[in-house]
Amino acid sequence: MAAAKNDILQGTLTLLVLKTLASNKRMHGYAITTHVQIVSGDLLRVEEGSLYPALHRMEQHGWLRAEWGVTEKNREARFYSLTAKGRKQLVDEEDSWARFTEGVGRVLRYV
Amino acid sequence: MPWLRRLVNVFRSRRVDRDIQREVDFHINERADQLHTEGMPLAQARETARRHFGNTLRIREDSRRINSIGWLELLFQEFRFAMRVFRKSPAFAATAVLTLGLGIGATAAVFSVVDAVLIRPLPYPDPDRLIGIWHSAQFQAVTSRNVRLSSTMYLTYREHNRTFAEFGLWRPGAATVTGAGDPEQVRTIVVTHETLPALGVTPAIGRWFSAADDRYGTNETVMLTDGYWRRRFGGDAGIIGRAVTIDARPREVIGIMPRTFRFPIAGLAGVLNADADVILPQRFEPAQLLPNDVHTYIGIARLKPGVSLEQATVDVARMLPLWIAERGTSSAVLTAARFGPALRRVKEDVVGDVGSVLWVLMGTIGLVLLIACANVANLLLVRAEGRRQELTVRAALGAGWRHIARHLLAESVVLGVAGGALGLGLAYAGLQLLIAIGPVNVPRLSEISIDGRVLAFTLGMSVASAVLFGLIPALKFARPGRNMALGTVSGSRNIGDSPTRQRTQHALVIVQVGLAVVLLVASGLMIRTFLALRNVEPGFAVPSQVQTMRLSISQPEVPDPERVVRMQQDILNGLAGLPSVAAVSFATALPMESEFETSMAVTAEGEPVTQGIPPMRRSKNVAPGFFATLGIRLIAGRDFTWTDVVDRRPVVILSASMARDVWGDPAAAIGKRVRVGRGGPWNEVIGVAGDIHDSGVDQAPPAIVYWRAGIQGALSANGPTFTPRDVTFAIRSSRTGTEAFIRQLAQAIWATNPNLPLARVQTMGEIYDRSMARASFALVMLAIAGVMALTLGMVGVYGVISYAVSRRRREIGVRLALGAARTGILRQFLRQSIRVSAVACLCGVVLSLAVTRVLSGLLYGVSPVDTTTMAGVVVVVLLVATLAAMIPATRAALIQPMRTLREE
Repeated sequence: MAAAKNDILQGTLTLLVLKTLASNKRMHGYAITTHVQIVSGDLLRVEEGSLYPALHRMEQHGWLRAEWGVTEKNREARFYSLTAKGRKQLVDEEDSWARFTEGVGRVLRYV
Repeated sequence: MPWLRRLVNVFRSRRVDRDIQREVDFHINERADQLHTEGMPLAQARETARRHFGNTLRIREDSRRINSIGWLELLFQEFRFAMRVFRKSPAFAATAVLTLGLGIGATAAVFSVVDAVLIRPLPYPDPDRLIGIWHSAQFQAVTSRNVRLSSTMYLTYREHNRTFAEFGLWRPGAATVTGAGDPEQVRTIVVTHETLPALGVTPAIGRWFSAADDRYGTNETVMLTDGYWRRRFGGDAGIIGRAVTIDARPREVIGIMPRTFRFPIAGLAGVLNADADVILPQRFEPAQLLPNDVHTYIGIARLKPGVSLEQATVDVARMLPLWIAERGTSSAVLTAARFGPALRRVKEDVVGDVGSVLWVLMGTIGLVLLIACANVANLLLVRAEGRRQELTVRAALGAGWRHIARHLLAESVVLGVAGGALGLGLAYAGLQLLIAIGPVNVPRLSEISIDGRVLAFTLGMSVASAVLFGLIPALKFARPGRNMALGTVSGSRNIGDSPTRQRTQHALVIVQVGLAVVLLVASGLMIRTFLALRNVEPGFAVPSQVQTMRLSISQPEVPDPERVVRMQQDILNGLAGLPSVAAVSFATALPMESEFETSMAVTAEGEPVTQGIPPMRRSKNVAPGFFATLGIRLIAGRDFTWTDVVDRRPVVILSASMARDVWGDPAAAIGKRVRVGRGGPWNEVIGVAGDIHDSGVDQAPPAIVYWRAGIQGALSANGPTFTPRDVTFAIRSSRTGTEAFIRQLAQAIWATNPNLPLARVQTMGEIYDRSMARASFALVMLAIAGVMALTLGMVGVYGVISYAVSRRRREIGVRLALGAARTGILRQFLRQSIRVSAVACLCGVVLSLAVTRVLSGLLYGVSPVDTTTMAGVVVVVLLVATLAAMIPATRAALIQPMRTLREE
């Protein structure tokens, strides 16, 4: 709540969403937000302003599938799940991220 | 396919937006719940959650843009807006759409015809490989490229050719079908067995002819066309294998051609442009294969793959000497006539020379469309003026010039598409009408329809016109860098009118009326042509009182020629005995019956002997009384008598022009002699008849040799005699054309022989009208276009003056209040309209000088730059323009000054 708001680069947002949905079959947008927050130990907070446009964009790309469903509280929500294409994209993104962090790490380790 | 969904979402923007709204709401509610569970009061939780979420509107917009196609959705919105606006001013929208509908509809209709006749390929597989085998020959300095093949040529070409994949002969003919009901005369095509395979259209049921069917002595067969099969046999497939009696002989039906099959019969060459009913195999009797057999068969071939037309021509040239050697034809005659091949593609034959007329028509209708566009552009301009305020406010609120331009163009496109849809409907109706009227000389008439190409063309035209007329107001109001000055809210208080505004409008009206003038001048010229043609004396009298019918006495029915002649004489006497019949006779071809026209090489005694073949002269076989029945004057000598016929006397009658050409004076021709070719028996000239316009009133009367009816002597020793069996009867009576009379005639004929079919029952008047058909078709089309153009032009003039009046209401009110005369106001506006029209007429006349030259092929008796016509048109246009301006001008003159001054 009072923790410093950390903006997340849009590219990593895609990665996080894909990974989140890889571990959980179906989630709605709010659930994705909370999952990221909890799992990262409150280090990461998803900027809600960019979440939904990102979700829709990923849906257009064919990485996510979306359908309307009902939560436990009997509320209507839009649930997203990963497609085969999305799974492949996840692998690609993980590779890129690994390369990125390795690269940044190397630069930082340089004295 | 994601883009498909996005495309669909363009039209469901509200639904998409609602979905996103729901998603966002859900998220906010969840967070609010979360906060509430953690202890915050509900209202505050909601508030915090919303604030935490961020700018809902922007997020929703972003999401929506991702889910649909941005620019398309914008465009769609513009269209929806335009529709709403048009619903508010239906009069304007209706006028615009109607105007466009007329223009586009006419264009689409003409294009359909052009498409079906000129552009669309013939309905055979690989039609470019089909060629017609013709020959060229020179007869007395006239070269004909339409010489057909003889039977012996067929045999030679078939055996020796190297370039044809298929090669066959055909000729059109007629036959009698008897057996059930009235004897019926049918149109036939007689083909050798290779012809249908050459065309490449397989029968719907059954099989083609084979070589066996062509061989003399085998079982006689026949094929039916789909139309005839349905008409006569009710579409019964069991007809295959059964016999049909044709020309008194039973034939087995072996196949039915498909519904879409048409024979490539030439359109304007005078051959009947009708579909055949029955297809018969061509058989050559061994005795028929004489060296000098008549060149009466049309050759058609399909080129081998990879072979060009030139190679085929060379091949035929190579085969000609072979033919001469094999069949013993006289090579001297052929060389003298410069006999040679003249191959051409079948499509050229079918289309004939209609092409030029159609393109002229296309140009004409294009002009009408332009006029319609100018009209609508004017309307839009006027409207945009009225919306100047609204557009200015838009610009002030941030709409760039691109936005405004897009908005105006969207309106135009909506109008254009609506006009196009209406036009398509009108075109369809018009085409149905055209096919029903069926002008005789439009080839491939049955193929005219609205197909994909026409639809695409119409759509293209609609959008193009829309852009064209939409550009004008768009350019005026939405140019980059143009700043819209916000005038006073109540509109400009300017007393006058800015000159530039009026100039564009005037320019548009000048264009419209000018084009209308061009079209009207063209119509006027055609009207004069038509009248001139009607005034030409055809050479025979009162054609509407002459009933005609075609009678064939076929060889199998009556084999003996003497019996044929007796039968013809009996029929003639039988008809002459009927009440109200003033005169009867018959001939192989009546005047203007171009389908039965024949020519023969005729030498006249005393004519200078020339090299090569003697001149070809039109020949008819006529019975005694022919000239009296048709009202053709006998200038000198006497008519044939039945004694001449029965005794087979060698006598002829010549037309006046021939007599004059050869011997100078018609009277001098009496007693002279003529013969066929150079070796035929001499025939004595016993009479000279007045000239008739046998080839149509727009052609000079040709030289005609009238042979007598009955058996004609052989042309050489042991050669065959000739008896005309197919003749047209002419009956002069005041009861011509009535159903009862025709029945009476039929009964009288059948009293002599009940198996004779009667065909082509029509009056001479109808034959005469048909010969004028080409001119009248063009005239009707041009007249329609001219009237449309004039109407549109007048609407334009009305619009401009009306607008001028409405802009200057205050000024007029002030002037009237200050004492100006009402008539002065009236005159002022009338003067304005006359000025505009006068300039338009001037431009139109100048333009028409250039354009009507194109028409000169169709004109008769009037030059393309006829001043009377042009003067007449100018007077009419000025008059109508003044009338059109009267209404708004009167309205101006009747303005009540107090009311206008109080208006604000």
